[in-house]
Amino acid sequence: MKTLEYITLPWDVLGLGALWLILMAFFVALPCSQMGSFLILRRMALTGDAISHSVFPGVVIAFFITGDLASPWLIVGAGLAGLASTVIIELIHKWTRVKQDAATGISFTALFALGVVLMELLLGKNVDLDLECVLHGRLGLLLEEDRVLLFGSLVPMPVLVMAGVAVFTMLLLGLFFRVMMLSSFDADLAASYGYRPAVIHYGMMFVVSFIVVAAFQAVGAILVIALLILPGAAAYLCTYRLKVMLAIAALHALISAVGGLYLHVWFNSNMAASVVVCGGVLFLLAWLLGPVDGVVWKWFKDEPPALEESSDKVGNR
Amino acid sequence: MKPADEIALETHDLTVTYHKRPVLYGIDVAVPSGSLVGIVGPNGAGKSTFIKSVMGVVPSSGGWVKVFGKPMRENLPRVGYVPQRESVDWDFPVTVMDVALMGTYGGLGLLRRPGKVEKRRASEALEKVGMLPYSNRQIGNLSGGQQQRVFLARALAQDSDLYLMDEPFVGVDAATEAAIVTLLREMRERGKTVMVVHHDLQSAGEYFDHLLLLNMRLVAFGAVKDVYTPELLQKTYGGRLTILSEVADQAAKL
Repeated sequence: MKTLEYITLPWDVLGLGALWLILMAFFVALPCSQMGSFLILRRMALTGDAISHSVFPGVVIAFFITGDLASPWLIVGAGLAGLASTVIIELIHKWTRVKQDAATGISFTALFALGVVLMELLLGKNVDLDLECVLHGRLGLLLEEDRVLLFGSLVPMPVLVMAGVAVFTMLLLGLFFRVMMLSSFDADLAASYGYRPAVIHYGMMFVVSFIVVAAFQAVGAILVIALLILPGAAAYLCTYRLKVMLAIAALHALISAVGGLYLHVWFNSNMAASVVVCGGVLFLLAWLLGPVDGVVWKWFKDEPPALEESSDKVGNR
Repeated sequence: MKPADEIALETHDLTVTYHKRPVLYGIDVAVPSGSLVGIVGPNGAGKSTFIKSVMGVVPSSGGWVKVFGKPMRENLPRVGYVPQRESVDWDFPVTVMDVALMGTYGGLGLLRRPGKVEKRRASEALEKVGMLPYSNRQIGNLSGGQQQRVFLARALAQDSDLYLMDEPFVGVDAATEAAIVTLLREMRERGKTVMVVHHDLQSAGEYFDHLLLLNMRLVAFGAVKDVYTPELLQKTYGGRLTILSEVADQAAKL
């Protein structure tokens, strides 16, 4: 095959489907990347992990009650389960001597296992909600989902739902950017302004739960963690500015989505995993070549001299 | 201007408990407006807890706090808080200017973005502490003293009337310490009330005009000449006051 053919391959094989896959992956990765950036800065990366696992029992219970996998109650149930996991973490952390990291480990593993047991207990083994899908998602099956006619083309339903989630997240971010920045950087000062730390904490956790639930069906419980953490972590290595960090995280999400599709088509690999592999490679690149502290640049030039002494004097004229 | 005898901060029976263990008992104090107050006491005396509970950052289990005659919640914009420098992550992706601008957030609503007025206030505050040339620098690239100056600039940008500062002198170089003292006195000249948690007893008598001696209970509050006495300091520090004789010498000179 010639180089050009590698590039056009997805479009030749999937046609417009390639676009839907990219858009879907992007709309999943984008809100994850933004909220994930804040999770990283708040040192709560593992909490995203916890939420992604603990939404599972919520989904199972909601599915048991409604019997419909497309029901919006699934999202509500999962959102509540996600919140429950953060509450459990807080309770264990506050009322016992077990520390936060261990409390997180307890909360999500126990809830996820509860979900597995409940699924087998309540639903039997012959339902659409299988463990394979829960773990790895069904992004690859996107093109077989129901479609809606929009602007003259048939758009797969999940793409529309996820687009809504992405837009909603970006709106929230635009509205509460300063609140989130200040409370993440200096919670005490934020509290002294009358912001309620608990409200901000649980508000953010609810949004993360909401995104995770929406992303859950597409990429599964495990890969969603990667989408929460990878973009923000890569962006963190590239800049010293929060807004730039969020923009780079969004770009990371886009490149991962496109790159993931190519990997998926070239190697016939699982689409969701391909997106994450691509994101992992991008993180590696940021580590090596990041503009502010890339490892490679440090090999070429000596460490800059310490600023401390000289600048202190200047500041004290 | 405010009348000189106005009370900036008044607490009554302020009590704080952590895990059912009291750390601060029944603090009754009335701080006159325009004073520069040092809060001193041994480690674990509840100095930081005191200002945190005044700010409402730490919930108090009893008592009340009034600021300029009104409950704290109603007068938040008139109070500026400077947390301990170690309490934040200095690797956080923000610049010196971003941090100074945070001082103006309290006055902005949820939706208003910092505009020209806010940026000017932040720039002026940075200028005052000599950090304006660094405004685009990432905060992690600063020395301890510079970081503390940025925190003070943020407080200045808040433009409050009462300031509560948690250990601003910890981990700063001598030049910055002198600069901070000058700044605090300047703030007092402009009629601000400033309360500073301070760990160094020897300089406390020199830096402040009032002292609040704290050891889980209020030992004494008053003008330096009245409370910077060997008896009261002994009472505050108990047997742990190893430098007592030096301080006694200093106190004798006052």
